[in-house]
Amino acid sequence: MNSNIFVIIASSAIFYGTPLFFAALGGIFTERSGVLNLGVEGTMLLGGVTGAWASQHVPGSAWFTVLAAIIIGMAAGALTSTLLAFLCVTLRTNQTVAGLAITIFAGGVGLSSYFANVWKVAEAPVDRQVRRLDVLGWADVPVLGPILFNQTILTYLSWVMVVLASIYLFRTRFGLQLRAVGESPQTADAMGINVVKYRYLHTILGGALAGLGGVYYSLAIVPTWVDGMTKGAGWIAIALVIFGFWRPSITLIGAYLFGALQSLSSTLKARNVQISGDVLDALPFFMTIVVLVLVSTRFAHRRLGAPAALGVPYEREER
Amino acid sequence: MRSPIRFERRLEQPKWLNWAIPVVSLIAALVLGAIVLLATGKNPLDVYGRIFERGFAGTRALSGSIKTATPLAFTGLCAAIAFRMGLINIGGEGQFYMGAVGATWAGLAFGGDLPTGAVVIVMALSGMVCGGLYAAIVGVLRAKFNTNEIITSLMMNYLAAIFLNYLIYNSTSYWRDPESRNFPAGKPISDRADWNFYEIGGIKIPLAFLIAILAAAAIWVLYKRTRFGFEVGVIADSPKAARYAGIRTTSTIVIVLALSGALAGLGGAADVGNFRGLLDSKGLQMSGYGYTGIVVAALARLNPISTLVVAVLIGGLTNAGFALQGPDFPSGLVGTLQGLILFTAVAGEVLVKYRIRRNRRIAAVAA
Repeated sequence: MNSNIFVIIASSAIFYGTPLFFAALGGIFTERSGVLNLGVEGTMLLGGVTGAWASQHVPGSAWFTVLAAIIIGMAAGALTSTLLAFLCVTLRTNQTVAGLAITIFAGGVGLSSYFANVWKVAEAPVDRQVRRLDVLGWADVPVLGPILFNQTILTYLSWVMVVLASIYLFRTRFGLQLRAVGESPQTADAMGINVVKYRYLHTILGGALAGLGGVYYSLAIVPTWVDGMTKGAGWIAIALVIFGFWRPSITLIGAYLFGALQSLSSTLKARNVQISGDVLDALPFFMTIVVLVLVSTRFAHRRLGAPAALGVPYEREER
Repeated sequence: MRSPIRFERRLEQPKWLNWAIPVVSLIAALVLGAIVLLATGKNPLDVYGRIFERGFAGTRALSGSIKTATPLAFTGLCAAIAFRMGLINIGGEGQFYMGAVGATWAGLAFGGDLPTGAVVIVMALSGMVCGGLYAAIVGVLRAKFNTNEIITSLMMNYLAAIFLNYLIYNSTSYWRDPESRNFPAGKPISDRADWNFYEIGGIKIPLAFLIAILAAAAIWVLYKRTRFGFEVGVIADSPKAARYAGIRTTSTIVIVLALSGALAGLGGAADVGNFRGLLDSKGLQMSGYGYTGIVVAALARLNPISTLVVAVLIGGLTNAGFALQGPDFPSGLVGTLQGLILFTAVAGEVLVKYRIRRNRRIAAVAA
């Protein structure tokens, strides 16, 4: 029963969708504050490489090392996006180019690869991993077992995050103020909200979550570091934010859809299904374009639009 | 919380900023890079010295740098022409691949029959058409459905890379050498399809670099001296105003993106004709010319003529990186430096718009 192909696909949809969700949730926070982070891909890779390094070098018990790796990866992500916040919020640069700069700087042929090289991360497997759990011993329960009870701790953490993030955004004062900053910084400023502080904090939070997504790649998905291992996941995450209409719950569903697409290739190959591997590899990227076209139609935009001030630097003097 | 400095908008933008800012950006990037090097236990002076030596010192180094600069000039122009209109085409990478595919096809199909000059023209046109059409898809989606061109153009880079792999590794396509059964490789074009090199003062200049100079001049004329260029400028400043003025924004978007893609495609054609002589899937993907082109365009402040100069600078850096790669010159260093240059180039734009002043108490009262 549990080797049924649909069970496997559903299970790996969640497994591969989790890092996409982390990065996309980070994107939601960042974009809700009015900052566009196109540096997600690079941020994820830096989180991934520092996490992998920590997993190889931090002494102590296995769970302590893994915890340290997660924290270090998130810190690296936070630090990277602090740089972005400095450029976009303080220096008010073009946010698109600043984000691209992060991805080129930190990305697959940039700093993440440099660190991997200097620290010799790729020369040994990352042994201390975030492993799949057997929750309540139910991992072998038919159908639901592999899907719901055999994921890593980070997946369960992501489920908690969906709830917390939704409450934060739509049920608390801070969330309301955050949305105000993203919709109309002038108004928010007039209300006494510190626009700069909100933008910095949520850009940094977004970077930490992207870093967590990167750690998931190097500690849960692939046991050995490979340069550029996220293979465009960061960009798909940016599209997911749009696909999820800047809402954590819809974004989670989108992340699992794309998780399924990403895992399809290896799942079907393992079962000897006769489909070209190239077509399957192309599917996530192709579907991202299709989905973006659908949600950018005028109807969808009017109903569930982006934060109005997204991508626009705020200049207090020029009200 | 009051910051110690504040930004004051410049009323006019002095001319000297045009060259001062890129120079300052470059120096700042090198300083930041030195910090990264120091932090990882390398000697920055030693590393930079070797980059200079391999990239710029002597005719052999310069020949190599101009060779690397050639594709970058095309991808830089590709980014510059689109960014100027506020269209963020980061699909130069994929458009470059498609141009290489188109040009290789033309080279294989006609290389044996036509005279060299005609083959070069057919290859260049074929590359431009393929790159241009590939980018036009992004343009149509943007113009018709208002789809974010940043993400679609990037996704199409991945699609183009998968397409390259399909052509060379996973099929027996026209582009693949049928004799390469165990080690798949592209089919080489005939010698008659090879593009020329010219020697000037001991430095080898590829034909494609001369074409890039022509292309840059053409773009400069297009943007500065024609009605079309003027309309692009209006759309860039205010799409709304452009629409009220009766400028057809949708078709302009498609045309500009197609032109942008055609430039990248021409770069791809040059890559095949002037340098590799075949469709090299892995080599193309490892070079990342499309992404580096964005750095080139940004540092050149989107000016087509400066793009050529910056392409040679960044080409030298990249070329030195290829040459030096080894145990004490880690991979990733060149990419890191390029990223830092892009950082400082964007940050430098602040100085164009604003003057930075120290905040004094009196200023606060006046504000």
